[in-house]
Amino acid sequence: MDDSKLKIGKYEFSSRLFVGTGKYETMQLMADALDASGTEVVTVAVRRAKLGTSESLLDYIDKERYTILPNTAGCYTADEAIRTARLGREAGLSDLVKLEVLGDKNTLLPDPIGTLEATNVLVNEGFTVLVYTSDDPIIAKRLEDAGAASVMPAGAPIGSGQGILNKNNIRIIMETLKVPIIVDAGVGTASDVTVAMELGSDGVLLNTGVASAKYPIRMAKAMRLACESGRLAFLAGRIPKKLYANASSPEKDF
Amino acid sequence: MNITVNGEKIDCRDDATVMDLLKDLEIDINRVAVELNYNIIPKAQLMEKKVEENDNLEIVTFVGGG
Repeated sequence: MDDSKLKIGKYEFSSRLFVGTGKYETMQLMADALDASGTEVVTVAVRRAKLGTSESLLDYIDKERYTILPNTAGCYTADEAIRTARLGREAGLSDLVKLEVLGDKNTLLPDPIGTLEATNVLVNEGFTVLVYTSDDPIIAKRLEDAGAASVMPAGAPIGSGQGILNKNNIRIIMETLKVPIIVDAGVGTASDVTVAMELGSDGVLLNTGVASAKYPIRMAKAMRLACESGRLAFLAGRIPKKLYANASSPEKDF
Repeated sequence: MNITVNGEKIDCRDDATVMDLLKDLEIDINRVAVELNYNIIPKAQLMEKKVEENDNLEIVTFVGGG
């Protein structure tokens, strides 16, 4: 089985790791972490411009190297998310959007009904919608049916660092949907990325796990290697788990 | 004339277009999206659209996020 590029709508990527740009101590640290991660897709948020300030996030993101994926983080209704997606498209002149419609401030879990409503509208408006959702296989399928270019189930709540809480659901989503699946949210450390990729995830999106690590650049590199390792292991085809031992050395001709 | 930009009341010169206002505010139009009274103004129309008394503008850009 050959590894090919990750295709999302009309876009193609060699790296399967998507990295967020939030929470870094400095913009330079963010730029260095993005570089170490090997990512080709970086997420950004859409917010009011601060009048009278000159430093811009975009000064630290090389548009030749990275594809910018605006998110609708912080939106709690379909209407807010649709507005934010349209503003992001106008600011970035790209039809890509990471759609988030959140249901609750404490858990930041997605509102499945608002998410589906917004997906319908944005797909109709020509957006390439990468949609953040829970790990529920049924809503994931509904989002694919609505025209999402990629479905992005949460491994665990955003920023929680708990890893992949329900591997079974993630696997069912992989097996049921045809669009690329990108595990988004919950990654705490490198092994979480590997687990997601070994399950057959097409990619992983993370932010806090790198940005809030003690040494973000080191962690970014760890995430890159973990993503590649997990992908290779998935393509290699792991052995089945067995209850009893199976000797590696010949058991006769002593 | 008085207008509101990103929730702040500011004084804008008369007869200015949205593009003039963005230049006065030293904003790089390639990095923002502009809403005038809750409607997005496509970049191609920024030079034609006049700012009027009591207009409400929202100027948004990209910031760090996940």
